Formats: sequence, structure tokens, C-alpha cells
Amino acid sequence: MPRGYAGKFLDIDLTKEKVKEITFSDEILEAYLGGRGLAAKVMWDRIGNQWSNIDGLDPENVFTAFTGPLTAIYPGARICASGKSPVSNGTVGSTASTEFAMELKTAGYDGVIVTGRASGPIYILVTDDGGEIRDASHIWGKIGEETIKILNKEVTEELTKRKPNIGLWKEPSMIYIGPAGENMVRNAAVLTKLCHGAGYGGYGAVMGSKNLKAIVAKGRGKIPKVASPSKVKELWWRAHTHMINRRGSMRRWGTGYAGWRVGAVSSSEPVRNWQEEWHDERSYAGPRFENRFWVKKKWADYNCTTNCMKLSCIKTGKWKGDITDMPDYELQAYCGTNLGIFDPEDNIHVSAVIDNLGHSGINGPNTMAFAMELYQRAILSEEDFGFKIEWGDAEAFTKLAWLIAKREKIGDILAEGTYRAAKKISEIKGVDCMPYAVHVKGIEIGAHGTRSDEDYTHDSCYASSVEGGNHTSIATDGYTDMSQSVFSDSGVYCNFCFNPTEFIFEFLQAVTGFPTTLEDWRKVNGPRIVTLQRALLLIGGPDVFWKPIVDDDNPPRFYNPLPSGPFKGRTTDRKLVYDKRAAYYETLGWDERGIPTQETLDRLDLSDLEPAMKKLRK
Amino acid sequence: MFLSEPIWIVRDYIACSGCRRCEIACSMRHEGWMWPEASRIRVFMPFPGLEVPHFCAQCEDYPCVSSCPVNALSINENTNAVIVDGEKCISCGECVKACPGKVPFLHPDNNKAVICDLCDGEPECVKVCQEAGYNALILVKENTSDQRKLFAMEPIIVAKDLAVNLFAEKGLEVV
Repeated sequence: MPRGYAGKFLDIDLTKEKVKEITFSDEILEAYLGGRGLAAKVMWDRIGNQWSNIDGLDPENVFTAFTGPLTAIYPGARICASGKSPVSNGTVGSTASTEFAMELKTAGYDGVIVTGRASGPIYILVTDDGGEIRDASHIWGKIGEETIKILNKEVTEELTKRKPNIGLWKEPSMIYIGPAGENMVRNAAVLTKLCHGAGYGGYGAVMGSKNLKAIVAKGRGKIPKVASPSKVKELWWRAHTHMINRRGSMRRWGTGYAGWRVGAVSSSEPVRNWQEEWHDERSYAGPRFENRFWVKKKWADYNCTTNCMKLSCIKTGKWKGDITDMPDYELQAYCGTNLGIFDPEDNIHVSAVIDNLGHSGINGPNTMAFAMELYQRAILSEEDFGFKIEWGDAEAFTKLAWLIAKREKIGDILAEGTYRAAKKISEIKGVDCMPYAVHVKGIEIGAHGTRSDEDYTHDSCYASSVEGGNHTSIATDGYTDMSQSVFSDSGVYCNFCFNPTEFIFEFLQAVTGFPTTLEDWRKVNGPRIVTLQRALLLIGGPDVFWKPIVDDDNPPRFYNPLPSGPFKGRTTDRKLVYDKRAAYYETLGWDERGIPTQETLDRLDLSDLEPAMKKLRK
Repeated sequence: MFLSEPIWIVRDYIACSGCRRCEIACSMRHEGWMWPEASRIRVFMPFPGLEVPHFCAQCEDYPCVSSCPVNALSINENTNAVIVDGEKCISCGECVKACPGKVPFLHPDNNKAVICDLCDGEPECVKVCQEAGYNALILVKENTSDQRKLFAMEPIIVAKDLAVNLFAEKGLEVV
């Protein structure tokens, strides 16, 4: 086993109630590292030619929670959730910052693979003694904060009972789902630490489909050994020094001041389901969040000094007791401006409800805004919701969040995610709802538009991405983007723990001993992972089969001219989208419709995908 | 090294970011590698946002030292830190029971008592906390005070108070 790894993975079949330990060959780990890359490999190996027959919510799907060799050693420990996505029908490497990743590695495991479906609600407990399946019927239905409270107490007491004489047991850490995941809301998140979510991909629903409420971990072992300890110690110190000395707004405010700025200045913030991308509401500016609600201004996760998180709490009025992070920019946009909400307190309230219900803070509220626009256009009515709703009505939007989480009334259809809900509602109401669905290949788009061209997300960034609307994994040139999130989601660390890319590869070599260089990763390892993800996305099914090239496009709304703001009239340049998409395909060795060529598959050791790709090429 | 004044680590729980670099730095020095559960300082978090760095407070009457049946614990004259003699320690856990804050614990590997030794006067945890600008841990040079023992408190009790401080009424129900 190469260095940086704990050395084994738990492989748990919930149907058969079997827990075993497995390993992967050095070659596979060197090629795919961990997290997103290794998960894609595991999916293809295990589901293979059944891919198009299996729905993400079927027991045959595989859920993975993987770390990577850099996890907990490089700053910013994260966990990567994956599986066949019930929204894109491909795979997403969906990450969240959490001590759970460190606890897993110190317990001796690099990851957990979960297959099958438990006969009733369960959670998995991972300790130095292995993995075990435990009853979760008493926490099924519980919201996030209750789940954390109960499991922290229960597991700490249990471990104390097992080893009473070693002193105080520190609480465990966990990933869990809320009611949205339990009820298989397709775009539900895997949550951790109250408000941290692995949101993209719908893996909360995958956990729910397996009756898996949580995975809880507590380790007492060392962080795994590395290839060059003295070098890693030095690099670790340099990495933090670099992060600390940046002293920019990221350490001070996180992304918590962007709710005003991205709207007012870049004009790329979703407003009322992306009908606009501009606002200049100073009522929604950073200081109004910070001065009134931030109770911890430097909140970090394991081994992180970027501390972009700031803890918020509402202490007075009807929503007192709501706790969430800043909210960060994405939730300021999706649980705020995109719902027509421009008041910090309303925004914190909606965010806290979304977190507690286990919705993905981006994807769930994207669907809510979509539904609201249908109401605005009289396609949906008060009867569908059971209550009146209007833009900016935080109370009504939290009711809607509950409806979706419990799959009641219109919530049952909206629980299919924006794209599938749009299809169904179009059928039922006899009106084409697709123009209002803001997604790419089933994945609702993050809160950065392309129309003003003033943000980091341009033309084909979402259209070409193998993870659709995921704003943390955009497609650019098929070369430099390979060493960005494709790498950080596989090495598994937080990409807000900024350091120069060359430095990070030096770190990788010192940890693992792999000779992998930045150039290797950009030309071989990264493209291998992305090509595999691309193939799985194109095989797709069973309910949706994306059309190569046709579906590699922005949603219709992204081609409407911006109706307001400093860039009024601008829109996404369609020709540029198509040119850059073609260049992206070419750089990665995919044909003119974006299907990987046989030559490319052979070059990347993915030849076993050839029969499936050959069928698509016809 | 010789110190003219004894030292102590002041803790400001609300300033703790939860980065846990103190655990990393401590275990790097004492164990040679990152080992959160062998760190002499451990950050408990009974509920998200309630981070409690938990480590020896150097009580003026050192109940742990007097509780040890084999005299494995002693006090360093320069720093006032409790020093564990691993050769003598019989892993009985008496020091854990004697500590009003249940600070000592048994090492996950060799099962010997683990207690903060103040790194011979230059605590690594304080350095990394200061470097990052959190100031949750601050080194002071001052004489032993009877106030120190007040900080020997179980993390869950600290967290219950922090919860109300941070979350007001809601804090009453989260821990």
C-alpha cells in the first residue's frame, strides 16, 4: 500500500448485512488517487454493463464515502461522496469539509463502500475495531441538529462503555442525511457539521434509498504514514504559512460578503430563478450579516487555516435559535436572492431550514425558485402548494422546503429535482416548463452565471462539464482544469486551501511517493477520470439518456439577454460556447459529439468502455 | 532551559476556530507525527461551533500527582508542568479520576498516561494558534494562581456554557 493511505476500505453490503475489508492495488490508487477518481473506477467496475439499467436509487447502486491520500495531511480535510448519481445518471465527486474524514483515516480506513439496501433504518459506525451496522429507527425522520445531538451522545456513551478506563472519549464525527435524503428527494445532500454539505449529485437520496441515516466514525490511530515525513512536515508548514499570509477577504469574510457583490458588481448572481442576475440591495450587504448574526468569525474544519466559515445564529424574534454558517455566498444567493429574499435574517432562516432538512443548499432551493416562477406564470396554482407563495416570502419558502422534503402535494414532483420536475409538470399542465429549468444534465447550476461574463464561470464552463451545473468543477480548457477540482476532489482536500499548483504536486509526491507530476495529471490522470465520468454520463439511464453534444449546452435562460444592471443586454455568446466545447472535446480526445474515441480509451487504459462508446458513436 | 517566571496557557474557547492545528503540532513534537488522539491538547466539539481545547490547567494542588499510586507523575520546577514517567506508569487511570476536568487520558498505543508538559516552556500548540491569528491559546508568564484549577473542567460542561453564549436560548438544548 502506498503512503498517505490508511490501507484499507470498508465494503458493506446492507442487504446481506455483511461487512468486510478490501484494498485496491497500488496501480489503481496511483491512477485514480481516491475520492472522485477512485469512486468513478469503483462504479464502473461494480455496475459495469448494467449501468443503464440501474437507477441511482436502486439497491444495486453503490454509495461511496472516500478520502484520498492528501486528506487530513494537506490542509482542509474533506470527504468525497459518490455513486451513480440519481440526478445526472453519471457520477459526481461531491465533497464536504469535515472531521469525519480525519476520524475515518485514524480509524484505519480510507473509505466506505455501501451496497444493497438495509431492511430498516440503520447507521454505520466505524472505529479502530472495524465497521458495524447499528439500528437507526430512533433517528429516522430527525432533522440535522437532532441527529448530531443524538448520535454524538449515543456513540460517545457506547465507546465509553466499551473502553471505560482510557479517559474521556472525544465525540465522533459523522456524515448524515435529513428528511429530504430519507424521502429520496433526488437532489438531497449528504450533510455534516450542521451546515456543511456534499450537495451536488443527490447522494443524500442515495443514502436514503439504502436506509442509511448516517456513517459515524471515531479513530484513535495515527494519521497514515507518508513517504517523506520530514519533507511533508516542512511542506505542511509552508502550505499553512501561505494560506495565513494571504490575509485576503477569504480569511476575513469567507464568501459571506459576496451576496451583495456578485449581484451588484459582477451581475452574475441568480435573482428570482435567474430572471435577473443583478441587484444592488445594500440591505443584503456583508456587514449586515456580520454585525448582527456572526457568532464565530473564524470557523474552520480539520487542518484548515483558511477558516472561510463563519457561524451565524439568530438570537431574537420568531426564528431565534436558527444556526447556520455565514450563510456562504452560494446560500446567500440560492436561499436568498434567487427566492427574491434580500434580508439577512430571512436568508439565515431559510438556509438553516434547508440544512436541517438535508436539502442541498444550492440544488433544493433551485427547484424551489423554479416552482415559484411557475406560480408567477400561473402554471402552478395555490392549490398545488396548499398555500400562497410569493417572491421574498421566507415563511412560504420554508413551507415549500418541508413539502419537498416530505414529498407532499407539489413537493412530490419537485422532489425529483428541477429537470425531472420540469418534464413532469410540462406533461401534466401541457405547458413547456423547460425554459425555466436552470440545470445542465440534471444538475442544477451553482450561483454563478455566464451572461455578464464578469464572473469566473464563462460560456461553456457548465455545458462541457461532466458534472453539469457543479460550480466547483467547471470545464475550461481540458488541461488546466484537470489539476483543479478533478485533482482536489480525488486527492480529497478543500480547494479553498489555496497554494500554487506545482507546490501541491510536490506535496502529493512527498505524501504518496508516487512520481506523478502536474503534467502527468493534466495529460493522463485527470483526463482518465474525466473521460470515465464522461462515458458513464453518456451511458446514463434508465430514465434519462443525455444526447451527446445536444445536451452539452447551457439552459435556455442563459441565452436570454440580461434584463437589468450594468451589463443589461449582454448574454452568453452561443458561438463561443460551441467553439470552446469543440476545443474541449478535442483536447480530451473525444470525437466531434464528445464521445471518447477508441484511441483515447486505449491510451487511458479505459479500453473496456469501448463497446459502450461504440454503440453511442453510431 | 531556565525560566525566571512560570508559564501558563490562557484559553479563549470562543476564539477557537476548530482547525485543530494544536493537535497536529503537539503530536508532531511528542509522537513524531500527526496523531490527534495522542495529542496532549484535544479539541472536543460536542456540537458544531462549540470547540473546546482540552488540556492540563496545572492546578496549584496537583490532585493527579498525589493520586498516582506509583509516583509516576512529578512537577517540572521551571514550567510547573506535570511530567509523566512512562516507565513507572501502570495505566491504572487514577490520575484521570483525580483530575477535576478529566484531562489526562491513556495513550492509544502504549496505554500510558498522557498529560501536557508545556513543551519545556515553549508550547507548540500556542505557536501554531498564534501564527494563524486565532489567539485561542495565549502564553503568559505569571505565578501560579488558585484560579487555574477553575479551568480543569470537562469539555461538555464548558460546551454547555459556550452554547448559551453563542446561541442564546437555543444553546440550552444543543448539548
